[in-house]
Amino acid sequence: MQLDIDIRKTLHSGKRTFQLQVRFQSVSQRIVIFGPSGSGKSLTLKAIAGLMRPDHGHIRLDGETLFDAGAGIDLAPQARKVGYLFQDYALFPHLSVRQNIGFGLKRGWFNPRAAEKSEAVDYWLEALHLSHLAHQMPGELSGGQRQRTALARALVAEPRALLLDEPFAALDPLLRQRMREELDELQRRLQVPMVLITHDPEDVAVFGEQVLALHDGMIAPAEACQPPGVLPARAC
Amino acid sequence: MESAWTALALSLKVAGCATLLNLLLGVGVGFLLARGRFVGRDLLDTVLTLPMVMPPTVLGFYLLVLVGRRGSLGAWLHDSFGINLIFTWQGAVIAASLVAFPLVFKPARAAFEAVDGQLEQAARVLGVSEAAIFFRVTLPLAWRGILAGVLLAFARALGEFGATLMVAGSIPGKTQTLSIAVYEAVQAGQDDVANTLVLITSVVCMVVLLAAGRLAPGRIANQ
Repeated sequence: MQLDIDIRKTLHSGKRTFQLQVRFQSVSQRIVIFGPSGSGKSLTLKAIAGLMRPDHGHIRLDGETLFDAGAGIDLAPQARKVGYLFQDYALFPHLSVRQNIGFGLKRGWFNPRAAEKSEAVDYWLEALHLSHLAHQMPGELSGGQRQRTALARALVAEPRALLLDEPFAALDPLLRQRMREELDELQRRLQVPMVLITHDPEDVAVFGEQVLALHDGMIAPAEACQPPGVLPARAC
Repeated sequence: MESAWTALALSLKVAGCATLLNLLLGVGVGFLLARGRFVGRDLLDTVLTLPMVMPPTVLGFYLLVLVGRRGSLGAWLHDSFGINLIFTWQGAVIAASLVAFPLVFKPARAAFEAVDGQLEQAARVLGVSEAAIFFRVTLPLAWRGILAGVLLAFARALGEFGATLMVAGSIPGKTQTLSIAVYEAVQAGQDDVANTLVLITSVVCMVVLLAAGRLAPGRIANQ
């Protein structure tokens, strides 16, 4: 994955202003953006997905310009072909596991029917051990099952990059460890590039091929955080 | 007795049409107020809520001024299309719609505001168009809240009296709805007719309220 980001955004909340100024380039398959809450991690991820519009700068993914303030380019989220895993998974509560996974494959104004067959959906149900839960509603699932459903929903569309927003924060510690291993294995198998944001050093240790430390909306030079596997020190 | 059933049929027709009209307009306006960011949003909400607190006779008078033969809208409708709304059942529909409108758009707005915006964002990233997101995510999740309001509005439209009388009058078999027929029966001293009409009205309203109660928000098996 070639990711080239240089964005600026000023946010106002009451009398406080927050400056996001993120610039990095990467060819890594696994990027981890690490920082405390309120550091601008989520905003950066949302900007890549097209859910937040920066004031200035550009975002390029694999040579395609997703956003360029100067050139007036701003691709809709629908056109960016990225997968997004929300922190609390954002599963559609009115749709079954099967319908959730098939949601993005279905065009038009109607949701996939409960019994609708799709090879791709079946494949992902199988791959993420969800087949026996296909007809359950999200409200009936455990945390790990929800996350796997959300992962399947994101991956079924074959995104060119997977964006993960604090993917393990909503899980209890034991499960967290297991889901980390699952995601690690899945990513190696699929070779889908990913950008993961987290405040948990454990995530950095497992996924941090390239680690970017974000603090108060500013990013430290990427090179300072190499080699991989090393927890980002304060120097980052 | 037969006139009672005629009045009931007319009431159901008027209330049904008014509810259908309110469903379309109420969902549209409720969504606009929930998601739109424009100047005068609060003012628009206030103005549209007015029918809830104003006397129906005042609303009826406003309607007469607007859609009457000499009203600005009424004159245009008559000259351009030959449409006359005064003393017609269609006029009664307009009156009933106006009176019941806040009961639809208010709950609709609240229901749309209660839908988690993150779900819509998730749908966006999955490549689904904005219009499709409304029909596949937003509306299904807001549906129960909207429907509860719609049923209340139907009951309100069914009982409409003041504005309807002002606009559509009381023509038996044509614009004389149940609630107006009750008034006419009592005025004419026909207590047995009035008894029947009152009983029918009470039963219909009970059924609607029971249905609305079952659909009220809070019972939604969301999550």
